[in-house]
Amino acid sequence: MEDCLAKKMEITVLEAEKRTGKNAMNMQETYTAYLIETRAVESQSEGQCAPVDSLWRRYSEFELLRNYLSVTYPHIVVPPLPEKRADFVWHKLSADNMDPDFVERRRIGLENFLLRVASHPVLCQDKIFYSFLTQEGGWKEMVNETGFQLKADSRLKALNATFRVKNPDKRFTELKHYSDELQSVISHLLRVRARVADRLYGVYKVHGNYGRVFSEWSAIEKEMGDGLQSAGHHMDVYAASIDDILEEEEHYADQLKEYLFYAEALRAVCRKHELMQYDLEMAAQDLTSKKQQCEELATGTVRTFSLKGMTSKLFGQETPEQREAKIKVLEEQIQEGEEQLKSKNLEGRDFVKSAWADIERFKEQKNHDLKEALISYAVMQISMCKKGIQVWTNAKECFSKM
Amino acid sequence: QDLSLPNGTPVDTSSPASSSSLLNRLQLDDDLDGETRDLFVTVDDPKKHVCTMETYITYRVTTKTTRAEFDLPEYSVRRRYQDFDWLRNKLEESQPTHLIPPLPEKFVVKGVVDRFSEEFVETRRKALDKFLKRITDHPVLSFNEHFNVFLTAKDLNAYKKQGMALLSKMGESVKYVTGGYKLRSRPLEFAAIGEYLDTFSLKLGTIDRIAQRIIKEQLEYLVELREYGPVYSTWGGLEVELSEPLEGASACIGNCCTALEELSEDMTEDFLPVLREYILYSESMKNVLKKRDQVQAEYEAKLEAVALKKEDRPKVPTDVEKCQDRVECFNADLKADMERWQNNKRQDFRQLLMGMADKNIQYYEKCLTAWESIIPLLQDKPETK
Repeated sequence: MEDCLAKKMEITVLEAEKRTGKNAMNMQETYTAYLIETRAVESQSEGQCAPVDSLWRRYSEFELLRNYLSVTYPHIVVPPLPEKRADFVWHKLSADNMDPDFVERRRIGLENFLLRVASHPVLCQDKIFYSFLTQEGGWKEMVNETGFQLKADSRLKALNATFRVKNPDKRFTELKHYSDELQSVISHLLRVRARVADRLYGVYKVHGNYGRVFSEWSAIEKEMGDGLQSAGHHMDVYAASIDDILEEEEHYADQLKEYLFYAEALRAVCRKHELMQYDLEMAAQDLTSKKQQCEELATGTVRTFSLKGMTSKLFGQETPEQREAKIKVLEEQIQEGEEQLKSKNLEGRDFVKSAWADIERFKEQKNHDLKEALISYAVMQISMCKKGIQVWTNAKECFSKM
Repeated sequence: QDLSLPNGTPVDTSSPASSSSLLNRLQLDDDLDGETRDLFVTVDDPKKHVCTMETYITYRVTTKTTRAEFDLPEYSVRRRYQDFDWLRNKLEESQPTHLIPPLPEKFVVKGVVDRFSEEFVETRRKALDKFLKRITDHPVLSFNEHFNVFLTAKDLNAYKKQGMALLSKMGESVKYVTGGYKLRSRPLEFAAIGEYLDTFSLKLGTIDRIAQRIIKEQLEYLVELREYGPVYSTWGGLEVELSEPLEGASACIGNCCTALEELSEDMTEDFLPVLREYILYSESMKNVLKKRDQVQAEYEAKLEAVALKKEDRPKVPTDVEKCQDRVECFNADLKADMERWQNNKRQDFRQLLMGMADKNIQYYEKCLTAWESIIPLLQDKPETK
């Protein structure tokens, strides 16, 4: 971690700005641009401040960066981006992408993403990532020139591999299962949490009605009037307090969402392993069948049924020259195949080793982060309870003076 | 440690709020100008009776007294709601110039409310107890003959039948002239009381609706919380290091659910019924005011009739005099009762609203304890275990 970029450079996503421009289809569009500021962390000298660099990026550029990283480092659990569209919202929050609260939370999410990448021992060293932070113009072209899109595995291929792979590493199978369950449970949690927030909002806001009616009632009372009136004020305070409480809770929801999306990144690594393993199994299978073919041609025995064999039986055998040619071709292919198999095997083992190392790193990070998130959630609840006690104690004081 | 109030009610010391309500009840007694109490009535011990014709609940009514009007110093009888209803009607008939306290609602929608559930019976018992205590506190009503019989008779039904016969014989006219006579001018103070009661019952109605709405929202919140907690537990099952913290969070939310349930129950059982009681009280008071108006109207009409006759009488005819007396008596009784009512109302609402605040404080305290207790669990490092 000593060499990681985060230690050498301060990264902040400073602000967000609405922009309009023409998109690829020459149509007007509105989007939000984010200002990224970087500053080198130098040894502190009196009053010396390192120069600040800044540039603007929009969400789609972040997406491009992440796609590039996922394809280029398939053995790494790549940090996820914050959600593109507001999801799991409870009714008061807007699901509008242009909503200032959503934009603000997204700004924080994007900053978090950059910090995660910058503190990753492998990812932080990537040149494209560095350019993303420091080079405004021509970055998109630079990424495309890497040709990473060609390296990307097709979805269909990956799906195929998932169903057909015979001997995946057991640890990856378990991990895949875990990431599925994790996704499911966090989604459920976020959905219910949103409903809980909705209902809690209702409870608090209805208390505001007490404020008005106590005020009206106090008008017809002599001795009870003051007590009622001031108690009513506290009811208004109580009703208003829920707005801040729930806004704070959104940060907790965002922390959970990050790990919801991380589960997907985990899945991606497992899929890559399955794909590589499947590839390996196919290559091995292909090699075996070629070797068999070769043997059959050499010995003349047909052990396996083949259409070619049948047709040659029906329409007459090949000439010895033809057979020799075929054997030669096969022998070449077998040699190639064996080399390929060797390198694929090596690749596979390397992948498993480095992926697993990153997975262990990820597990530790996850346990730490989620514990912190739970603690901050408990702290929020404690604060909410204390506020509640305060308000009702004040109200009780007012009632006692009635 | 059996604590009881001066008027004989046992004190429930199981909840911290009870100490403040104890204080409030003592204050109520102090307000009676240092009068030494000589009559104590309690309603308790509900029992279910299953007969061929019907099923019903009876309550034990215990009386302790040193008053001469009572033959014995102590009585214990069983009464059912019907009997209380009979008593109230009798009091209204025999003491038309006074405010009679309300009874809890007579009719309950079958199928919606379980008339025999513990909560319903307890709510009713409290209201019936309040009803008798208010009569006991009243300097005129507490000496009423029917009240005495209610507290003491072994066989109330026999008395009831006797009373009916007497009534038809005497043909006592407690019916006032309805309509026809327009009131010249309502004394300002009674007009003011009328206006006050109108606004008062309106506001209480609003508060009742708000309280009901809050309970409804709380119960819906509870439904979601009950789903929320267990998801943490499910998650805990997937994890290794996070298993305990997540289980802890789940248990914590469960405790908050329990606390919320208790709050809603308390509000339903203790807050709403008292509110409704005062709405009923206002209604019956408005009726008494109407009666007063009618008595005054009758008097004014008679006065007018005499003036029109232009008879050469030296003094006012006796029946007109009687009417005037009736008006003045009514006004005096009503005024005294209104003052008493206003004072009791202030005490009752002070206690009621402080109780509501208390219950909410207790709810938040329970939740606070739950969340504070899991902080060390969440901060626990596996190495320290």
